[in-house]
Amino acid sequence: MRGSRSAVIFAWILLAPAVLYVMAIVAYPLVDTFILSFTDASLKKTTNWVGWANYSKIFNATFAEVIIRTFVWTFFSVSIKMLIGTFGATMLNAAVPGRALFRVLTMPPWIVPMAIGIFMWGWMYNGQFGMISGMMQRLGMVDSPIAFLAQGSTAFWATIITDVWIGVPMVTLYLLAAMQAIPQDLYEAAWTDGARRFYRFRRITLPLLVPSMITMSMLSLISTFNSFDIIWILTRGGPSGETTTMIIDTYRTAIGSNKYGEGAARAVLICIFLSIFCVCYFRVTSRLSAGDK
Amino acid sequence: MSKPTVMINRYSWYELLGIYAGILVFLTFVLAPFVEGFLVSLKPLSQLFSSPYRFFPENGSFEAYRTMWVSVPGFARYIFNSFFISSVVTIIVLILVVPAAYSFARFEFRGAGVLLGAFLAVKMFSGAVLLIPLFRLMRSLGVLNTYLAMIVPGVAFIIPTGIWLLLAYMKRIPRELDEAAHVDGAGYFYTLRRVIIPIAMPGIIVVAISSFIEAYAQQFIYALTFNSKSEYAPLPVGLFAYFGRQEVIWNELMAASFVGIAPAVVAIFFLQRYLVSGLTAGAVKQ
Repeated sequence: MRGSRSAVIFAWILLAPAVLYVMAIVAYPLVDTFILSFTDASLKKTTNWVGWANYSKIFNATFAEVIIRTFVWTFFSVSIKMLIGTFGATMLNAAVPGRALFRVLTMPPWIVPMAIGIFMWGWMYNGQFGMISGMMQRLGMVDSPIAFLAQGSTAFWATIITDVWIGVPMVTLYLLAAMQAIPQDLYEAAWTDGARRFYRFRRITLPLLVPSMITMSMLSLISTFNSFDIIWILTRGGPSGETTTMIIDTYRTAIGSNKYGEGAARAVLICIFLSIFCVCYFRVTSRLSAGDK
Repeated sequence: MSKPTVMINRYSWYELLGIYAGILVFLTFVLAPFVEGFLVSLKPLSQLFSSPYRFFPENGSFEAYRTMWVSVPGFARYIFNSFFISSVVTIIVLILVVPAAYSFARFEFRGAGVLLGAFLAVKMFSGAVLLIPLFRLMRSLGVLNTYLAMIVPGVAFIIPTGIWLLLAYMKRIPRELDEAAHVDGAGYFYTLRRVIIPIAMPGIIVVAISSFIEAYAQQFIYALTFNSKSEYAPLPVGLFAYFGRQEVIWNELMAASFVGIAPAVVAIFFLQRYLVSGLTAGAVKQ
């Protein structure tokens, strides 16, 4: 059944609906973005070709800041997700009573509509009446309320923490699955040789976990770079642009101000970065799986 | 279970203490917003907007769970919309994904590897990146401000996960089964319908559940951008109705959030075994 002509034709017939669908909804818009980025498309009826004007317009100090901010934001978010996720997976991997329940309890931030979790964080960050500021005052850490989302420096970290919170369950459960795929006899052999638990963790679990950690951080990198809902609902990119990442900037330009052309030029830049990440991802994962053999 | 496995999993009391302390810290971070959100839903507004901050409600009541239906009469409609959109998305995803996964699992043709990679790459563009052309596409299709505007883009970005999940599952089905069907003279379609689909049913169910949850959880941006009619708005956008002119009605907003996520939470408890394996399948051994 493999390789024969009729089999190949049938294989493509089976694939055609999914491929055509994705071409229409993803590939075509991708090409359209690229074309739009060279025009002054807006709500107006007419659209003119403007060459590189949109690109030269966005290369200024403010936009450079946006790019750097996006990378810093993404870097911290992904790193903290990986740290907390690895910690959580290690704890949940222990064979203690109740662990099935603990695993279920890890899921809610991931499964519930993102907007709902974000609203909850929004209230916790509230300066005058929110939980975090309130608790900090009670514990005597600060004297006056802190409006986390109203100041640039705290808003930046507040959005990161919320992004971490939403991303942690997936990282945790993924790494947990990877830990459980490690053959038990490795641990038994080490145990027979008298290796202690922490030694077994450091010398067996961690090294064997590295490929999964790399894979997960790449996947996490791509989705974090694209993260929109959290910043949009919490701060809309404010105060005074201090949480404006590339995706937020693109949205404001294109949908907020109806400058489709300029927005598209920004989207093209995002696509270029994403493609670089994607190539890295495939390089790394294929090298990792080649290393397995 | 062999003897070492039993011995190896025996913890001393301080190890147990450390593990439970670690789990407690971890779950506190994960669940704190839900606990706080629930307590907020029990507090009267006057208590919410008062300093100093109090964690536990005084004279807490479920009043907000009643008044939320009065403040936002359309709330039931938003829940329905979310369910409706997610269900249609799931059905379309299944129709597209089952044959595609079968094709990748069983046939060898040039470009299969590249195509699989391309499907994975699709996920990168989900969300806001392609919003502008998608907006124009929806407008030219004339589906802006309808359910379709939220269904059509949603499907495209859930297809990749579905294909990868189901492919991993179908690869585990022994080839002898469909080869035997072929020897008996069954055509490809017949084999797919009568041999593969019944055996792959658990995998298909996992794909259905994860697609539904993904669709339910991530309706925000398309709903925000492609739909301005409140009668079609799904839950995440509908919740903004509790943002009043002056102040957010926080207790009702939280009550409404819990009502809105109740179905998802119930689903987690019943289906968690499938969920964990489904959502992380293909991840470990790919």
